[in-house]
Amino acid sequence: MVDRNPVGGPVATRATPVQDTRDEAHEGQSAQVIPLRSAERGGSQRRRHAVDTGHSGEASVVNLSGATDVPGQRASAEPTPAVAESDELVPEAVAKAVEFVRGRLTGEYDVDEFGFDPELTETVLLPALRMLYDKWFRVEVHGAENLPLGGGGLVVGNHSGTIPLDALMTMVAVHDNHPKQRHLRLLGADLVFKLPFVGTLARKTGHTLACHPDAERLLRGGELVGVFPEGYKGVGKPFGARYKLQRFGRGGFISAALRTGVPIIPCAIVGAEETYPKLGDIKPLARLLGLPYFPVTPFFPLLGPLGAVPLPTKWHIEFGEPVRTDLADGDAWDDPMRVLSLTDRVRESMQELLYARLSQRGGVFGD
Amino acid sequence: MPSNIVLVTGVSGELGGKLLARLGNNPDFERVIGVDTSPPPKRVIARMGNAEFVRADIRNPLIAKIISSAKVDTVVHAATTAHPPGPARRTPVKEMNVIGTMRLLAACQRAPLVRKLVVKSTAAVYGASARSPAVFTEDSPLMPVSPRGFASDAVEMEGYVRGLQRRRPDITVTVARFTSMIGPEVDTVTTRYFALPVVPTVLGYDARMQLVHSSDALSVLELATVRDNPGVFNVGGDGVLALSQAVRMAGRVELPVPMAALPSVSRLLRGANLVDFSHDQLRLLNFGRVVDTGPLKREFGYTPRWSTREAFEDYVQGRALRPVIDGRSLSALLRKVALPSANEHVPSQ
Repeated sequence: MVDRNPVGGPVATRATPVQDTRDEAHEGQSAQVIPLRSAERGGSQRRRHAVDTGHSGEASVVNLSGATDVPGQRASAEPTPAVAESDELVPEAVAKAVEFVRGRLTGEYDVDEFGFDPELTETVLLPALRMLYDKWFRVEVHGAENLPLGGGGLVVGNHSGTIPLDALMTMVAVHDNHPKQRHLRLLGADLVFKLPFVGTLARKTGHTLACHPDAERLLRGGELVGVFPEGYKGVGKPFGARYKLQRFGRGGFISAALRTGVPIIPCAIVGAEETYPKLGDIKPLARLLGLPYFPVTPFFPLLGPLGAVPLPTKWHIEFGEPVRTDLADGDAWDDPMRVLSLTDRVRESMQELLYARLSQRGGVFGD
Repeated sequence: MPSNIVLVTGVSGELGGKLLARLGNNPDFERVIGVDTSPPPKRVIARMGNAEFVRADIRNPLIAKIISSAKVDTVVHAATTAHPPGPARRTPVKEMNVIGTMRLLAACQRAPLVRKLVVKSTAAVYGASARSPAVFTEDSPLMPVSPRGFASDAVEMEGYVRGLQRRRPDITVTVARFTSMIGPEVDTVTTRYFALPVVPTVLGYDARMQLVHSSDALSVLELATVRDNPGVFNVGGDGVLALSQAVRMAGRVELPVPMAALPSVSRLLRGANLVDFSHDQLRLLNFGRVVDTGPLKREFGYTPRWSTREAFEDYVQGRALRPVIDGRSLSALLRKVALPSANEHVPSQ
């Protein structure tokens, strides 16, 4: 008990009953109890300043109602009786929201070295995306069992749709269909991180720059990484080229997977390619705005902002059989021929998945 | 052969002075000499034990004479200022950084007795941009943000250090690249920044910050002097804080400024004698910088005792920064208002 609460002796003893309730509430959910920040810290004597200003007087309502899904919140809170009484009547959502706002106001949440903020992602960003996912695109997921249960993995998807909504939907698909609700860490172009707001949000949802060091670091750290090797060529392809995979670059993602020995999971996203049927490209305007392309769709820029609403197509996201990379010998990642042949293999299996799924679907907008 | 006679540069500075006091109280050294253009602060002189202070300018050839006549075998170069905390004129700082380093290293090269060199550098050498990797390792390319800033001085300086290594392979060289330093007692650009009641940030960006506590920085320099650990090492605390998070923790008011208006804000702050924001610093606020400290832990053998968050909390509490916006009382108020009103809507059971 005490070592989980290094804030100080007296607080620890007073907080003991609270933690007992907590533990009961969390039986079988020990994974969420372990990553509490206060548990990770050693050096209790060093935090001498923190002791007196501690968290006394702040009731951790969520702890009592057992509604915590939020990692990174503190265990050590001393409930004031008044709140503890009213506590049982408070709806879970409100208590959760209050707890969330409290963390935001006091800066008590965790961010990893890539800027990933799991609490914000799960509380605010994923629910927002989920609306689009459930109601607008009605995403159906197939083959979620192909995603690795634990450890690193590289999800390779087809990119399309002018605005990379497909990447965000794949993120939701992985989180909501994986038994452990893993986060898909996407690799994005540098343009994403250059843009204000977009770049920050991307970092907060756990995405990072598509470059070798970052990809390898994430994979070595046992994360599930998502990559769209077609890049701009894929996301900005004309409507006529839909579901035709574009060139895959140098296969940098393959060599990162080979180097770390993680499986590659091909992923086919069907439906995204029709959300913004790109008919043309105003190149001078794109150059002026510093964008890779300036799309012309049947509705954009004709209808202005209204034209930027994506068409409500029906989506299917399918995860294919994983391709193992740990069987290759040590320096395969350095051999361009082997990297490229593995790249082609992954590309072919993605194209097959795409065609198979396309032939099965009924219509673009419905089943 | 262990170090015996140590020369420390930049002892009037924050880190150099403390290092002089530490080494001066270490009985293993025969002599500890501190040099700088101005004497160290009084509190350092009072505590510096056997260490002696010599007023000398490292930009002056005289430094070679000091090194050879005192039979110095270990040189600790802590005189480089990567980010002067307050408004400083660019030319003298650059001279001290670049020409001073050149002179000092030339003196080391000519002194046959010198066998160890410890250099204080900065993680700003990696730059910060949308194209940078999220975490810099020691072998990441050095791309300072602008060709004129303090970071580019550090890159030049490290270039001279590599040149010395080439010409004198017998010298053990340790280069420590520090992330932004923070602590209750130090005066750095970071500590001044968070002491502002209203903290300007870049609109639409939330940088990742990695900090190193000043006591950890001191320990790393001391260990590098005492032990032989050749190589380049990033020095930073574990973990990362988002800039907005740090602002909230310090109870400051965040003032997001559009990127285009930021230079004028920084000019204003500089004019008001508050913080000197260089171009490097502005980019740091934009994108942030995180370094990999694996080699520091594994090869150098030092694990920072303060994480980024602990170092920042220590700074906030040690400085007794009075919060402008108190997040704790605000959230307590919210709880008082929100929970009972939520209760009213719950059908009684």
